[in-house]
Amino acid sequence: MGHGILLSAADIDFMIHGVFKYSFFGHEVWITTTHVCILIVLLILIGFAVAANRCIAKASEVPTGFQNAVEMIVEKLDGMIDGTMGKSAPKFYNYIGTVFIFILVSNISGLLGLRPPTADYGVTLPLGLLTFTIVWFNKFKHNTPKALWVDMCSPLPPWLPIWFPVSLIGEIAVPISLSLRLFANILSGTVMMALIYGLLGWIATIWPAVLHVYFDLFSGAIQTYVFCMLTMTYIASAIGDTE
Amino acid sequence: MEFNENFILGCSAIGAGLALIAGIGPGVGQGIAAGHAAAAVGRNPGAKSSITTTMLLGQAVAETTGLYGLLVAMLLLFVKPLLP
Repeated sequence: MGHGILLSAADIDFMIHGVFKYSFFGHEVWITTTHVCILIVLLILIGFAVAANRCIAKASEVPTGFQNAVEMIVEKLDGMIDGTMGKSAPKFYNYIGTVFIFILVSNISGLLGLRPPTADYGVTLPLGLLTFTIVWFNKFKHNTPKALWVDMCSPLPPWLPIWFPVSLIGEIAVPISLSLRLFANILSGTVMMALIYGLLGWIATIWPAVLHVYFDLFSGAIQTYVFCMLTMTYIASAIGDTE
Repeated sequence: MEFNENFILGCSAIGAGLALIAGIGPGVGQGIAAGHAAAAVGRNPGAKSSITTTMLLGQAVAETTGLYGLLVAMLLLFVKPLLP
């Protein structure tokens, strides 16, 4: 069927493709390009982690070379978390740092010619749900259920829970908006680059590198920062009421 | 009344174009945020880095509504949910 240039051009390719499928208890399960790209990203991260671990295990008093870089990354991440979460920061160094590095490397993996794994909603929704779980775990840990109930009904008195459904929808919207923001930003970058390479042909030879800097590096880094910043803000506000 | 596939695809394309009107809001909002950040840097040049950070964070959050419009447009164009 002829669908016009945008829908029929075979060069424009930003969709997720299936690599192969297998049968999982009668269900048809596809291994897609997202799985492959996420595996490559994980291999890069694991390789870096092993190298960093070896390097730190025999660390010297005066750091040189690779040890310098590793220490700088850890100090920057810890400083960022300290600045937002204050006193309760050390408990979340591991989680926020891990999420930050994973999302950052995923976002800029478009530079390696991969399809960024975060341009798949199946990757960003679990990240949003993790934030949601941690926020609610900390809310129940640091507040009594009665205080939470009063908070959810807050503009009205607690015996009149008319406002409760609205607050509930507001709470459920948190992980959805977090994950959709990351997903849509990275997807828009991927689509723009696919359109430029697909429609312009040979004209798009060297200058798209500038666009890669914007769409992959700048946008990816900003969105990583925003995701971690919002996660930390939500967690800090869940903890903060009692302190 | 029966509609054929091409008619539905054309209407989807029009809908995708209309969905991107949502881009006006974030454009205006981000411009206002950037303008106020510039004024703030003018008043207090020492706080430039923290002003920039706050501005980028606020702009990225304000961008969300525009991105929802983009998502709707992408769904209409490439997932084609209206086709029978």
